Amino acid sequence: MTRMTMVEAIRSAIDVSMARDDEVVVFGEDVGYFGGVFRCTQGLQQTYGRTRCFDVPINESGIVGVAIGMAAYGLKPCVEIQFADYMYPAYDQITQEAARLRYRSNGQFTCPITIRMPTGGGIFGGQTHSQSPEALFTHVCGLQVVVPSNPYDAKGLLIASIENPDPVIFLEPKRLYNGPFDGHHDRPVTSWAGHLLGEVPSDHYTVPLGKAVVRRPGSAVTVLAYGTMVHVAEAAAQEAGIDAEVVDLRTLLPLDLETIVASVQKTSRCMVVHEATLTSGFGAELVTLVQEHCFYHLEAPVVRVAGWDTPYPHAQEWDYFPGPARVGQALREMMEA
Amino acid sequence: MTDGHNADLAHEPLAPLSLHVPEPEVRPGGKPDFSAVAIPEAGSVRRPPVDENPEAMRDLAFSIIRVLNREGDAVGPWAGALSADDLMQGLRHMMLLRTFDQRMLMAQRQGKTSFYMQHLGEEAVACAFRKALLPGDMNFPTYRQAGLLIAGGYPMVDMMNQIFSNDADPLKGRQLPVMYSARDHGFFSISGNLATQYVQAVGWAMASAIKRDTKIAAAWIGDGSTAENDFHAALVFASTYRAPVILNIVNNQWAISTFQGIARGGSGTFAARGLGFGLPSLRVDGNDYLAVHAVANWAAERARRNIGPTLVEYVTYRVGAHSTSDDPSAYRPKEESEAWPLGDPVIRLKNHLIRIGAWSDERHVQMEAEIRDTVVAAQKEAEAHGTLHSGGRPSMRDMFEGVYETMPAHLKRQRQQAGV
Repeated sequence: MTRMTMVEAIRSAIDVSMARDDEVVVFGEDVGYFGGVFRCTQGLQQTYGRTRCFDVPINESGIVGVAIGMAAYGLKPCVEIQFADYMYPAYDQITQEAARLRYRSNGQFTCPITIRMPTGGGIFGGQTHSQSPEALFTHVCGLQVVVPSNPYDAKGLLIASIENPDPVIFLEPKRLYNGPFDGHHDRPVTSWAGHLLGEVPSDHYTVPLGKAVVRRPGSAVTVLAYGTMVHVAEAAAQEAGIDAEVVDLRTLLPLDLETIVASVQKTSRCMVVHEATLTSGFGAELVTLVQEHCFYHLEAPVVRVAGWDTPYPHAQEWDYFPGPARVGQALREMMEA
Repeated sequence: MTDGHNADLAHEPLAPLSLHVPEPEVRPGGKPDFSAVAIPEAGSVRRPPVDENPEAMRDLAFSIIRVLNREGDAVGPWAGALSADDLMQGLRHMMLLRTFDQRMLMAQRQGKTSFYMQHLGEEAVACAFRKALLPGDMNFPTYRQAGLLIAGGYPMVDMMNQIFSNDADPLKGRQLPVMYSARDHGFFSISGNLATQYVQAVGWAMASAIKRDTKIAAAWIGDGSTAENDFHAALVFASTYRAPVILNIVNNQWAISTFQGIARGGSGTFAARGLGFGLPSLRVDGNDYLAVHAVANWAAERARRNIGPTLVEYVTYRVGAHSTSDDPSAYRPKEESEAWPLGDPVIRLKNHLIRIGAWSDERHVQMEAEIRDTVVAAQKEAEAHGTLHSGGRPSMRDMFEGVYETMPAHLKRQRQQAGV
């Protein structure tokens, strides 16, 4: 085991995958010589050469379109969109091409590509460096959507994504890159050093797609979360003194319904927390599934805590971000219901 | 017999292919080398009439229009449009912008704002371009054209209020620092993603033509972002509808860590991108205030006379980091900016003004001090309103407002839930 930040764990996952499989190629804006603006690909070009890890023109639809073409040839591209907020020009290639290639060609052509992108706020990035667009991907048939919350999962999930035969959208909560973050922005930053999930095997392993995990066992209420909000939910439960069970979904599509249902049937209460805007967010899907599968076990309406339905603001970042105060308040209200 | 494939090659062994990945000439630790950048003599590039057939001026996409020579004289057919007073004002604008940058960079380091982007080395481009516009014209800028605001007399304190996200921020704290918007000053709202504004500028210009107006638009983009689809969309729309727009490309050599060869590919120059669309495409020395202004004026005249769009590539160099989040020493030699063959725009204009007897080192030093006082006074005024983490800040209500003209019920509910 080696102590790794999430950046290092992601880099290690790509490194391990490139070493094991010559078909894995890596490219994106600034990912080659420089190693990416968040340094997730640092050193890979030096190790594997310029034809396996390289810089590209600033063109996101080009990045994904080229990756699809390479996949059609037989490569396994793992590409980076510099910020998830920059992915919109690639949306046509992702939704109508990558996601449907297997289906429409009846398997003649497939698309084993991984599209990594930093998501979420908490870094004063304003509206074009803070978004959480996961619901725009979970709504697309043919995609898989992964959101790790820690270095151990990030590495295992990324290797599993690269090895997966179909396209994976790999969303990296950028506020977690260098340390866990529970939403207490006014406290000193913490690092992954000393965190159990910052201990990462240096060689190959996978965390399977489609498997959630209970981060914090509890009996009073189930909190469904992913990415940064896992840490926020844990802190909120702790501070509110509520025996909440926090489920880290890890993969949004395919979704581990079994773990969700088992937890909600046990606790009889459910809250969904996500950083993305509320309306038509992934929380709506989760609430519906819980309602369909756990209705007769529920003792209170299922509740969502999410980003407000506004563009991500700059100055009001901490008013916008669903932090432990908001989540804790919602937990208390739910227990009184 | 073959199955319909190329029978001539069917029995020949073929050599394996290899992928070409461009690399800059030099990386950190190496000696800066711009010998591949061909710099024509100042005054050597011809000045065609604005209504010349674009097919006849394709050569201008592969040269560099320059006015100021090494001695500081303004020479050739593009010289002579500006008076000494105009030039002194231009020098002042560039120095204001440079000082503004220095102060705001320091403010960012002091934690007074989250982020900043400077213009060091590129001051002439926007400052000189602004002088070719008329009231009512509209720029669609990137994050590195604050010179348009400074040279246009936009209050510096309002720029700082935006950067500090304080309670006097004209954009209510909603936008990342330097993503200004100033409609009354011909400055379209900066988005923060890339290239989207380029085609919007064409649309604005088309609207002006539809309405038989006289206003023109200016689109702005960096070398790296010309790779985006919206750049090419802008060129085809501008070409098809002969929109009254100036399509500016600021080639400062670096897109964060990516050298310009990655976006340029095999086209030779960025200006040459316009040739396939039949656009007059000019390259100009972006560190030469007089050349930038002369070319901007030429392109603006084409737009105003309804002749059509012009593509202009400003050849310059990004001396500073991409932003306060960037460290260029990781990907290019530290000494590279000093080796840049087109020099410093402020020093070049200063030397020209001294050469023509309109300026002196003493007056320059005086103006530096006066500008410093001006910028410091503006900063004091802005900081009295507040900075990102202290003093007056935009309200939480401001966060909910302005999503729509009229706030819908669901947002009102959320605002209420937020307790404001």
